[in-house]
Amino acid sequence: MPKKMKITVVENGFDKEVEIEVPDEAGSWPKPDTMRVVNKREPRMDGFAKVTGHAKYALDVRPPGMLWAKMLRAPYGKARLKSIDTDAASKIEGFKAITGDPKAGREFSFAGEPVCAVAATSEEAADDALHALNAQWEALPAVTTLEKALSDVKNGDAGKNILGDPQKRETGNADAALQGAGTKVEGRYQTSTVHHVCLEPHGQTIAPGTGADSKKLTVWATTQGIQGIHEQFVSTSKLKASDVEVICEYMGGGFGSKFSIGPEGRFAWELSQQTGAPIKLLCDRKGEFQSQGNRPGYIADIRAAATPDGKITAIDVDNYGANSGGCAMPYVYKFDTSRTQQREVRLNAGAPTAFRAPGHPEASFMTEAVVDDLAYKVGLDPLEFRRKHFANDKKRMRQMAAGAQAIGWEQKFQKQPGSMPGAKKRGVGMAVHAWGGGGGPSTPITCKIHPDGSVEALSGTQDLGTGTRTVIAMIVAEELGLKPTDITVEIGHRSYGNAGGSGGSTTCASVSPAAFMAGLQARLALFNAVAPALSAKPDELELRDGTIAVKGNPARNLTWKQATAKLGMNPISSVGQWVPGLSSSGVAGCGFAEVEVDVETGKVHVVRYVAVQDSGLVINPTTWESQILGGVIQGLGYATLEERHLDPRDAGFLNANLLDYKVPMSKEIPEIIVINDPEPERGVIGVGEPPIISPGGAIANAVYNATGVRMRHLPITPDKFLMAMREQKGVA
Amino acid sequence: MKNFEYASARDTRQAVSFLGTDWNAARIMGGGTDLLDEMKERLVEPDRIVHLPMAALDYIKSTPRAIVIGATTTIATLETHPVIKQHLPGLAQAATSLATPQIRNMGTIGGNLCQRPRCWYYRNAEYPCLKKGGSTCYAKDGANKYNAILGGGPSYIVHPSDIAPMALALNASVRIAGPKGERLVPLDSFFTLPNKNITRENILEPNEIVTEIIVPTLPVGSRSVYLKVKERDTQDFALASAGVAVTLKNGVVQVARIALGGVAPIPWRAPEAEAIIKGHKLTPQLAQTAAEAALKNAKPLNDNAYKVPLAITTLRRALLAAMA
Repeated sequence: MPKKMKITVVENGFDKEVEIEVPDEAGSWPKPDTMRVVNKREPRMDGFAKVTGHAKYALDVRPPGMLWAKMLRAPYGKARLKSIDTDAASKIEGFKAITGDPKAGREFSFAGEPVCAVAATSEEAADDALHALNAQWEALPAVTTLEKALSDVKNGDAGKNILGDPQKRETGNADAALQGAGTKVEGRYQTSTVHHVCLEPHGQTIAPGTGADSKKLTVWATTQGIQGIHEQFVSTSKLKASDVEVICEYMGGGFGSKFSIGPEGRFAWELSQQTGAPIKLLCDRKGEFQSQGNRPGYIADIRAAATPDGKITAIDVDNYGANSGGCAMPYVYKFDTSRTQQREVRLNAGAPTAFRAPGHPEASFMTEAVVDDLAYKVGLDPLEFRRKHFANDKKRMRQMAAGAQAIGWEQKFQKQPGSMPGAKKRGVGMAVHAWGGGGGPSTPITCKIHPDGSVEALSGTQDLGTGTRTVIAMIVAEELGLKPTDITVEIGHRSYGNAGGSGGSTTCASVSPAAFMAGLQARLALFNAVAPALSAKPDELELRDGTIAVKGNPARNLTWKQATAKLGMNPISSVGQWVPGLSSSGVAGCGFAEVEVDVETGKVHVVRYVAVQDSGLVINPTTWESQILGGVIQGLGYATLEERHLDPRDAGFLNANLLDYKVPMSKEIPEIIVINDPEPERGVIGVGEPPIISPGGAIANAVYNATGVRMRHLPITPDKFLMAMREQKGVA
Repeated sequence: MKNFEYASARDTRQAVSFLGTDWNAARIMGGGTDLLDEMKERLVEPDRIVHLPMAALDYIKSTPRAIVIGATTTIATLETHPVIKQHLPGLAQAATSLATPQIRNMGTIGGNLCQRPRCWYYRNAEYPCLKKGGSTCYAKDGANKYNAILGGGPSYIVHPSDIAPMALALNASVRIAGPKGERLVPLDSFFTLPNKNITRENILEPNEIVTEIIVPTLPVGSRSVYLKVKERDTQDFALASAGVAVTLKNGVVQVARIALGGVAPIPWRAPEAEAIIKGHKLTPQLAQTAAEAALKNAKPLNDNAYKVPLAITTLRRALLAAMA
């Protein structure tokens, strides 16, 4: 029997509670072992299109008559444009238009800040036009690095505008606890600014309509939020919302950075207005690094204390962020008392944007290093120390036990860090993490059953590489008794329906319940339509072995095609909305690393990594695992390789390319063991972000266990390790 | 990239005739893996590219006195060629250590020896550094963790080649073709320090081409080793590397040639270390002493003091590996 259910929907930007009618089966997933498709491994539906180049990205699209646009950017952190020659640019063969404000005398405040954009008939001509502008620059004294800015601030040499207002938070009397008895650690902990490194750069290809459609606009975007891009283009263009289409069928990486049309979008629009032509304006790699955000670096002076039996009593954090107001310090662990003061240091450098679990990996590394230091200092195995802390948290205890076993903690833990003979020393370390990852009623899904038996699932959502397309097909197939490959999934068009942005690990938990309801409703509608032909009532029918059959009498059945043929001229179209009960939020996880450190070269080699993760009901173990592998690898880069390098005088971005900005490649990838901590009864929870959090802390802690050298600054590169070794051990 | 003329040469002679006396007029291209990058960044803007077909000088010949390698032999060939693997294992190791399989398939040994600096101030067009004809070495007081600790000044680049230090240790020479004919130059006098020639790293004139690398046959009892430490194993230039070629008799070092990579503007001979090990059996202690001697004149910049212990370790290990 149908029942009523209250759900929250967003209407004109406000949450509104509405009552909907749902069948009994809604609100909970069948048990995983009773499902044919869901929770079983399924290859990506778009894998073939991607590896063969058939998948077309915003970068690939070339509408007829398209012009290529390129941007001029400021070269230094603080720079004055001395002169620029727009006439010379306009004389380049193929030049069509220029936009922006290319005026001598303008000052810019980070390397990569856009100056203007040109459009031309070829990519080469656009590049020639930029070059012909012959922009002459003066580099001005800049606030360049966190270290330097901070030492200037502490020496009283820094201008007032360098520091933002402090954000203070205090629980209990941390000072008293830190002055009292107990074990204490104190140190400066530091992370570097790192980049998303989306393989497809930011930007759009846009095409104004022609003739009767001249007031229309099509945008091919690379985005995590088609709906947001649509709103921004409507507002920029002043066109009717219904006349702007945004398309993102495939996208080459976002990691939190792709929600805005950016100056690229605004310039593209202006250039298309000037020329009447389609415009492609995407960043080159240098511009991508310089201007498309980052995970900000931090310097934190931290003091912490614990009782001799390993209870953490106090933490005091004085944290400074590179163009960032702070991160969630202390992370996950509950200190009896804490005081944090966080301040933004305003550098002449590109601003941060959301980056896969914003604020978490940095806070995790700093907190985990402190916790580890306390553990060793009180003389406890750091795993044991954490077990004491989380003794009442069943889930964490379970996850830590699974991770410790998989890494072989008992055999591999070095009771005396650094004591392993030889230059190459092994050790293990761990970290814990937490994330939200819930869903909501933002993304309806339409399921269509056609009389010829074909099935479509349509949604305005985007697949940022996590496997959304496949997940939708699997769920609809489950509900209709079909195979995932029987379902044609069409996503990535604004016109297919509303869709929430893919941020905060919310896509799967938003889309899955809607797909479940769309499939379920479509099935009920089909049962209604074919019941007379089987001389039964709709609720007497069931899906059985690829047929629609009368319950208890499987011989009375119709094949799928026979059944859909009964629809005649009336295909089924059902819109599934998110309902509560099929998803939830809040996950925990932990990471265990085994490393081998060559203490004579400073090279850290991650040998093995264990990622333990709960995420409710896993729809597709293959794409779920793929997300965890990706998160671990990106976290490994954060821990051992990746770092933005700015010139210490003018804040020019020195390594804005894929050779000098070092992401992990094949030889850097360790054995990665992924352990699911299954809680299918909780429904679907997103898992895109949590796996990136623990590697920084786990790897740095493993380096300490191996070598006895505490690395307080990520990434742990040979220069940093060898200098820390010299400082801490007086050798090398 | 500036538009340019593409001239495909039939042979070396014709290639030389297509080149000019000005670096901006024309450049010779092997695999193009470095030159095209420089052109895309507009670091160099030649009017003409002279391309020597890869087949022209793609050979490895073994004679009683030398192994002769044609300049357009790819790094991938060097890596896998049985003659190189058997007689010059250090050269095969140097080849394997560099870049990626894709680049090794295109890059040539001649091009590798003549590649331009990787210093990020050189590679970023917004810094008109000494190497580009400007008046400042931005690395000297800038971000210099990858820069030189030996032989620096006024520029502090490091020579990027992995083939060069190993070939230098192997006492190789290069055959150079120019408008006046050919000359044979030992690598010892091929590379030039910035205080001699600020905008180039070797003696080549704009209309000269390296056509062959000639490695003298090593006496019985010789070994060669190349060891390289990279920040990222998959693809990276050397933080420090060492090429070692030694000839042993009853475990005693008769002849030793050592060159370091990643630490100086040219592949850096280490005669101090050679002298220390000559006439001795190499013990770990002696290897350490020799390696320390090689680095004793190191003058680190702000960010690269770590390279001193790193280079000592690299050389010590290379020496011991040559004994093994």
